[in-house]
Amino acid sequence: MARITFIQSDGTERVVEAEPGMTVMEAAVKNSVPGIAAECGGACACATCHVYVEEAWREATGQPEQMEEDMLDFAFDVRPSSRLSCQIKVTDALDGLVVRIPDKQF
Amino acid sequence: MSDDVIKTDAVIVGAGPVGLFAVFELGLVDIKAQVIDILDRAGGQCAELYPEKPIYDIPGLTVVTGQELTDRLMEQIKPFGAEFHFSQRVESLERLDGGFRLVTDMGARLECKVVVIAAGGGSFTPKRPPLPGIERYEDISVFYSVRKMENFRGRDVLVVGGGDSALDWTLNLAPVAKSLTLLHRRGEFRAAPDSVRKMFDLVEKGDISFKLGQVTELHGADGKLTSVTVKAPDGTSFEQKTEVMLPFFGLTMKLGPVADWGINLHENLIPVDTAKFETSEKGIFAIGDINTYPGKLKLILSGFHEAALMAQQAYHYVYPDKKLIFQYTTSSSSLQKKLGVK
Repeated sequence: MARITFIQSDGTERVVEAEPGMTVMEAAVKNSVPGIAAECGGACACATCHVYVEEAWREATGQPEQMEEDMLDFAFDVRPSSRLSCQIKVTDALDGLVVRIPDKQF
Repeated sequence: MSDDVIKTDAVIVGAGPVGLFAVFELGLVDIKAQVIDILDRAGGQCAELYPEKPIYDIPGLTVVTGQELTDRLMEQIKPFGAEFHFSQRVESLERLDGGFRLVTDMGARLECKVVVIAAGGGSFTPKRPPLPGIERYEDISVFYSVRKMENFRGRDVLVVGGGDSALDWTLNLAPVAKSLTLLHRRGEFRAAPDSVRKMFDLVEKGDISFKLGQVTELHGADGKLTSVTVKAPDGTSFEQKTEVMLPFFGLTMKLGPVADWGINLHENLIPVDTAKFETSEKGIFAIGDINTYPGKLKLILSGFHEAALMAQQAYHYVYPDKKLIFQYTTSSSSLQKKLGVK
């Protein structure tokens, strides 16, 4: 199990437990974390599960692949720490991961 | 645009997999259908979101892509000759004596005995950047689509985005606009390489400019844009003067006018009964992702089942005096004749 902290734009925090193998988006949706729309259901086709990975976790979560980087063009307020949470696979190494949810997903 | 009213048995709203299979199930019981969709082609989410993504839970097909499934369904429904009305959205639905009239935003008018709403997650509409106050500029100086190029003649135009829509409109509007600037968050594009090459050619010739950054604020008054604030990749901000902004950030699904058709809704979904898949309004059915009932699963295969049962009830509205006899395609010569295999 990995514990993931989701921080809303108003500062509200939610910690959820995620099983290795699922995606950060799935962990959010399964636990009804608001702000992760995930319209396409995790196919990297909509950019509505956009998150900002906290600085300390950027190396562990890695860089977006080409498809994800392309899809981030459809997100709002993209920053260097931007990721689509459906493309971050949970592993034991991500126990303690902190991501911030943008104010709006569009 | 046409003044002619199209008369048919059934109008299907939505050309996704479930809407397409509804053509098949209705066709088997001699109900002719017309199909309307906001996209410019069949397939719905399968075409727009997952054309190349694999689907593993269509019975009998180990794996199929969204596009392949769409193509196969189009092939399967061919014998029934349904007519398609693409790139339009049903704006209004009104009840007539013994049927319905639907009018699309392109002015098409259709009259039918039954309506089948297979609109999935709603109609695909352009994403609106969540910039403060953007709604005040919409349709005056902020546009999410180009209906008439002439509206942009002699104006300062800012196109935002890096996909095909952004690039296509950059190329098309460049000769029309007084000035044109393309703004994108990075130097790479997901658009067709040929369009990107043409765009850079225009930049080199000095016909248009290309800038890196993302819009953070809009400035102007009474809906008239004068400039926007742009955050550059290095974190600095600059002002970009413009009269018009065209943001292209892809599509999202919105329920749209369905909400105004007098049908009971529950959390943006249409409650139906599980015997007929009929809505609170007699003669209006809802199948696929847009409906809800106890145990509902948003699966394509569930939508197919719903289409089959819907057609049984629809038959009674289209042929009130006839009795429907259940038949199998495997053994019924009359069904096989309709399918053109006999």
